[in-house]
Amino acid sequence: MRESKVTVKIPRPLYRKIQLVIENSGFSSPTDFVVFVLRDLLGEAERKAVEAPVAEAVEDFSSQDLEAVKNKLKNLGYL
Amino acid sequence: MIAPHGGRLVNRMVEGGERDRLLASAPKLPKVVLNAREMADVDMIAVGAMSPLQGFMSKADYDAVLATRRLNNGLPWTIPIVLAVKPGSSAESYKEGGDVALETQDGQLLAILHVDSKWKMDKGDEARKVLRTDDKAHPGVGYLDSIGDTYLGGTLSVVNRLKYDKYNNRRLDPVETRTLFKAKGWNTIAAFQTRNPIHRAHEYLTKVALEMVDGLMLHPLMGETKSDDVPADVRMQCYEALLAGYYPKERTALVVYPQAMRYGGPSEAVLHAICRKNYGVTHFLVGRDHAGVGNYYGSYDAQKIFDEYTPAELGINLMKFENSFWCKRTNGMASTKSSPATPEERVNLSGTQVREMLRAGQMPPVEFTRPEIAQILINAMKAK
Repeated sequence: MRESKVTVKIPRPLYRKIQLVIENSGFSSPTDFVVFVLRDLLGEAERKAVEAPVAEAVEDFSSQDLEAVKNKLKNLGYL
Repeated sequence: MIAPHGGRLVNRMVEGGERDRLLASAPKLPKVVLNAREMADVDMIAVGAMSPLQGFMSKADYDAVLATRRLNNGLPWTIPIVLAVKPGSSAESYKEGGDVALETQDGQLLAILHVDSKWKMDKGDEARKVLRTDDKAHPGVGYLDSIGDTYLGGTLSVVNRLKYDKYNNRRLDPVETRTLFKAKGWNTIAAFQTRNPIHRAHEYLTKVALEMVDGLMLHPLMGETKSDDVPADVRMQCYEALLAGYYPKERTALVVYPQAMRYGGPSEAVLHAICRKNYGVTHFLVGRDHAGVGNYYGSYDAQKIFDEYTPAELGINLMKFENSFWCKRTNGMASTKSSPATPEERVNLSGTQVREMLRAGQMPPVEFTRPEIAQILINAMKAK
């Protein structure tokens, strides 16, 4: 039978950051968080396929980086 | 969202093992201590603000820019983005195919330049082709005169971002402005660039633009300017005051543009537009004598130069404005395009007149500048 899940490796410092981010957030594990973020990102990409999304222009940036950008914009009062 | 110049937002920041390797190699490399202009260039290249540039220009790109106002691959580009060996340093220590460590003036390593070309430049030729003059009184020519005459080109691996002392709450990289515009739902964004305090005429242009687009980014140049320009601190106070009182917060963003001024008039106007495209801007305002200085350029040369390119290859819309002023006849802001006013019916002060009034502690007319701005400028004059 084919596996329903696969393993994806991420850098350990990033994993530690995620652990910090999800404390008291409702996510039960970093895996849950990553799955949520990826689904959100991929869904957004599918919805916006007709236009060039931010992620296309910033292809070198990960979804976590983009979340960090949004947080920065909020902290600075732009959003 | 608008595509970056060349189609892809460059990212020259290096991380992880690659960064560690470069940091370890840096102490053994020949180095160049960057000046303010070069530091800002490195920082902008690092985050794609000067896409498609991946480093300081190679000789092929440099020659193409001077000869055709395009990069070697045909993309519009008007100003050389170059690194000069410092006067007094021997160019012999820098080899094509070798690496060079690029440092700030206080010794912080910013980047490694992977040198692919080294050449002796002709200062007069560059000045005439880019700045349209070789008069040494022109600040851009003066800059050329102050640097060495050997250029180093190549891609950059940026290991550390430049640290800024000021306005860090107003500094956004292209990926950040693009994210901001998307989050705000702005599909069309106009950017306004100035190196001067913002008066009613500037405000008028931006408001006209705001009537036509979703959002406005006030994007004042905060890189190096000449010593007799209004200091950046004072200008920032003016922008903040104007933004607080006279612009719709939800449709306006004030963001620092870190580039150094070249005073290249028309050539620099194209550079300014292209870089704004990288920040995700769709419309760029070009007023009278954009990026000009003295009497070196015609009032509308900085608008005419865009006719050399097709709209598709520029990829950003231009909003060209004529001289604007308070019109006594129509009792509102207007420009020579929209007002029947005679010159006597226009409230339009020269820079010299304004400076004299401010120095005397006298408020310029409210039709010329907002009282809050005038007060900031008067205070700054007093503090001098």
